[in-house]
Amino acid sequence: MSEEIVFDCLHAEIVNYCLDASKDQHDLATLEYIGFTTGYRLIERLTRDGTRFKDELETMKFICTDFWTLIYKKQVDNLRTNNHGMYVVQDKAFRFLTRISSGPKQLEQAPKFVAFTCGLVRGALSNLGINSTVTAEVQTIPACRFHIEVNRN
Amino acid sequence: MSRQASRLDAKKVNSEFLTLTYGALVTQMLRDFENVDDVNKQLERIGYNMGMRLIEDFLARTSSPRCLELRETADRIQQAFRIYLNVQPTISNWSPASDEFSLLFDSNPLTEFVELPADLVNLRYSAILSGCIRGALEMVQLEVQCWFVQDQLKGDNVTELRVKFVRRLEEAIPAGED
Repeated sequence: MSEEIVFDCLHAEIVNYCLDASKDQHDLATLEYIGFTTGYRLIERLTRDGTRFKDELETMKFICTDFWTLIYKKQVDNLRTNNHGMYVVQDKAFRFLTRISSGPKQLEQAPKFVAFTCGLVRGALSNLGINSTVTAEVQTIPACRFHIEVNRN
Repeated sequence: MSRQASRLDAKKVNSEFLTLTYGALVTQMLRDFENVDDVNKQLERIGYNMGMRLIEDFLARTSSPRCLELRETADRIQQAFRIYLNVQPTISNWSPASDEFSLLFDSNPLTEFVELPADLVNLRYSAILSGCIRGALEMVQLEVQCWFVQDQLKGDNVTELRVKFVRRLEEAIPAGED
């Protein structure tokens, strides 16, 4: 798809911009935050005309299936929950990692390519009323596992 | 699968996703730099880098032959906008020497949700577009200048991007950032 390549290029540039060594203290947090604001706004437009989600599980399902498929062009390979606010999404060919070779050196760089998405998911959930912590884990490129922990209190 | 999946138009979502992400980036830059000119420069540079990559995709996708005159190049640029941003600019205002033309946009997907506050009149919000054209053409040995003449964000009726041919680059210079 033609628009995908544009986004992939933009994403790569955003990663470079945020981790530019010439600026001090510019780190993954900025990148995550850019994802957060994007997710926060995007989900508002996507769910504007829908009916309200009936509970947390339904919201999570929407984010991890429909939303994910729209953004990442494939379904997640696995979605699990412990039913206590912990959700694990597994994607065996994560969009932003598929163009990277799978050496140990590249693996070191992997956090750069998942930070935006962590923010995106957190932002989307946040606008739907779920306060969460999203982390990602890459063991072998291009597979990636996202841990979404719902912060309840 | 679920009730909402069928209603969401993937193409529209893609375009909004791009628009919003770009907006988030511009906002971040405005926080990072005090001077708006620095933001313009950064956006231009990002566009330049993207253009250098997108031209490869464009050439592979369209198998375009080499352009023999600038009018052909203008058509290709128009085509690229259609492929990548789903907008079709009009080509017009050729200079008498045929070395300069304008791309007129009725709408600009990047600015769909944007309003510029009064203190940011100097921000070239869509500078990524001019950077992109410059970067892409440089990869096919064309040096051009590219700038905004009119911008809907600033109250003009259309967004006008001017492209001026500077020279043909004799040797392919190594890809790098300026």
